[in-house]
Amino acid sequence: MGDTIANLKIGEIGIIQDFCLDAIPLNLLEMGCLPGKEVRLLQIAPLKDPLYIKVNGSHLAIRIETAKQINITKLR
Amino acid sequence: MKSNSLLNIALVGNPNTGKTSLFNQLTGLNQKVGNYPGITVDKKQGKCKISEHLTAEITDLPGTYSINPTTLDETIVLETLLNESNDSYPDLVIVVAEVENLKRNLFLFSQIKDLQFPSILVINMSDQMIRKGITIDIEALKRELKSEIILISARKNLGIDALKREIENYENWNTEPIANISEKIDTVFFETIKTAFPEFSLYKSWLLITQQKNCAFLSSELYQKITAFNPDSEKVKKYQHKETIYRYQIINEILKKTYSVDKNEATDLRSRLDKILTHKIYGYIIFFGILMLIFQSIFEWASLPMDLIDSLFANLSELAKTNLPKGTFTNLIAEGVIPGIGGIVIFIPQIAILFLFIATLEETGYMSRVVFLMDKIMRKFGMSGKSIIPLISGTACAIPAIMASRNISDWKERLITILVIPFTTCSARLPVYAILIALIIPDERIFGIFNMQGLTLMGLYLLGFAAAISSAILLHNVLKIKTQSLFVIEMPNYKLPSLKNVFFEVVEKTKAFVFGAGKIILALSIILWFLASNGSEKFKNATEFVTTQESANHLNDEVLNKKIASYKLEHSYIGVMGKVIEPVIKPMGYDWKIGIALISSFAAREVFIGALATIYNVGSDGEDVGTIKERMAAEVDPITGEKRFNFATGMSLLLFYAFAMQCIGTLAIVKRETKSWKWPILQLTGMGALAYIVSVITYTILS
Repeated sequence: MGDTIANLKIGEIGIIQDFCLDAIPLNLLEMGCLPGKEVRLLQIAPLKDPLYIKVNGSHLAIRIETAKQINITKLR
Repeated sequence: MKSNSLLNIALVGNPNTGKTSLFNQLTGLNQKVGNYPGITVDKKQGKCKISEHLTAEITDLPGTYSINPTTLDETIVLETLLNESNDSYPDLVIVVAEVENLKRNLFLFSQIKDLQFPSILVINMSDQMIRKGITIDIEALKRELKSEIILISARKNLGIDALKREIENYENWNTEPIANISEKIDTVFFETIKTAFPEFSLYKSWLLITQQKNCAFLSSELYQKITAFNPDSEKVKKYQHKETIYRYQIINEILKKTYSVDKNEATDLRSRLDKILTHKIYGYIIFFGILMLIFQSIFEWASLPMDLIDSLFANLSELAKTNLPKGTFTNLIAEGVIPGIGGIVIFIPQIAILFLFIATLEETGYMSRVVFLMDKIMRKFGMSGKSIIPLISGTACAIPAIMASRNISDWKERLITILVIPFTTCSARLPVYAILIALIIPDERIFGIFNMQGLTLMGLYLLGFAAAISSAILLHNVLKIKTQSLFVIEMPNYKLPSLKNVFFEVVEKTKAFVFGAGKIILALSIILWFLASNGSEKFKNATEFVTTQESANHLNDEVLNKKIASYKLEHSYIGVMGKVIEPVIKPMGYDWKIGIALISSFAAREVFIGALATIYNVGSDGEDVGTIKERMAAEVDPITGEKRFNFATGMSLLLFYAFAMQCIGTLAIVKRETKSWKWPILQLTGMGALAYIVSVITYTILS
């Protein structure tokens, strides 16, 4: 419990559970970042922010404060 | 079919789908860049012959992931598709998708379909399907989407003719919506919308309600009707999320039946390149290496064509003077118009080279990696990773750079970017720098490698960036604007740049400069010439006065003519203006002649050189028309007998130009982009005060 995208290590995969609607921009959803979808952390920028993820077929970079709002369950 | 007018086609698609490639294939050189009424976003349009009897006007809309806008650029898409009275309101819409990201592309397509435009799905990069292990059942996909679909490869010019043939038939396309938002979200709520707006499609009414603030085009009548429909914002937000999830559900189901990827065929070029290009050490080394290469090239490659242009226009002036009948009109041509045009043309090499690099880097997908690398650093200065592209573009011209900041969604980050861009060394400063450096810095090498002149120029570039960054930090701490981050960027696949796209981009940006800023430069050159060749009584009686005064000295004609000419300049309108400000600029080490050039370059910096050329040209009575540089080097201070452009004055001028806000075009664009005079006035006074203080200190120390 309590995992978010920000807790993933490079290469790890999680399933998006839910997120606080107010904290997540609509355009992130529209680019495919939706509950139930697989998210994989591909890279972390040199200063630990932003994060480079692959979700629902899209390759996106999001800031860590956004990543912390997206709850996931890690896949082992 | 419309017979008497053009068919309006809108080109819509996600960024990085090759939309621009398709636009270039369809329209070729028949492109023009206009403005959307009221705002300054470039509107790219071009004519395309669809068939023997049918011509279309194609509008290339900014790339977007959704009709719901998050940036100003994306607002254009919404407006074009919803405002029926705009000139480019489409008869049909081409939605460009890319084979690899079909799912996300279909999201946008489903929104367009629901607006019930005749629309066609164009799947680009179909030539890469085999390599990427992708198979699509096109016939099944057509049935599911109730739409026509064409596979193309815009880069290889495949499928374009098939697309044109299909467009001929657009009136028979199915315009049924794909998503039934009413039933899936809240039937009762959406039924009331349907009843209130029977004239629109349901989705259009929904967009008008949810995007009111982005719909400035609405008639007051319709606006009232819409605001009367005021559901609480929580509900709207919830329904927008539901709508998004529902659209993806439909798309997933459709793709499950029609689309498959064989993972074994996929290559991992992206991840290997990403590992290097976004690496914490190599990533920065590569980025700064590329920056160095760009600046070196601007200086090295552009200097030869610029020298050629400079001497070409000097020769043209001379040619006009010797061959045209003597008179005011000839003087206007030779001393006003020709140097004026020369002052514009001389920038083309630098602007073209800079945009050649920027366009190439954007095409390859590398720019997104730069945004990723730099975001955290830029945020420390109150900006965004996305500010990097405007700041680099600012080294060509601040005007397109400020417009490029439109894709920054956070207002504070965008405002700071706009405010500090004018500190970056734009190409209008370069000729001023180049000529002053050539006059005061020896053309020698240090340690046998580094050219001193090149190093000085590099130093001025770094100084510009340092000034931009320091003022950004200041603004970041002073401006109290609360915002919520909407930062999401796509990391596109790496691609080889298309020569055609790069070429069109360079031509477009160069044209925008020549016809935008160029007009101001030319007009000012002519005004300056007028002010320099007319004056009050003393000016008119110059010949008589000087001849009488010098009669005892028995001068030869040549010397006498020079004396007359310089007396004339001193008493011309502009000479008087220069004298008025002389006390103010004296502490910086300038005389009234430099003062004249300074006044005129408050309109645009590059006018400085042209103004000095005009002044010294008029002053030298036209006998020894050399290049501008030769004329400046020959200028001496009449009191000390020293060279006018010595080290102290030169450095003081260099620093003044590095910091001062001297560009009417930029001030105007900042006003339009920030919708307030407050910010351009802040730039003008803040940067002006800084420039004045630094120049005075520099001159005092060095002289």
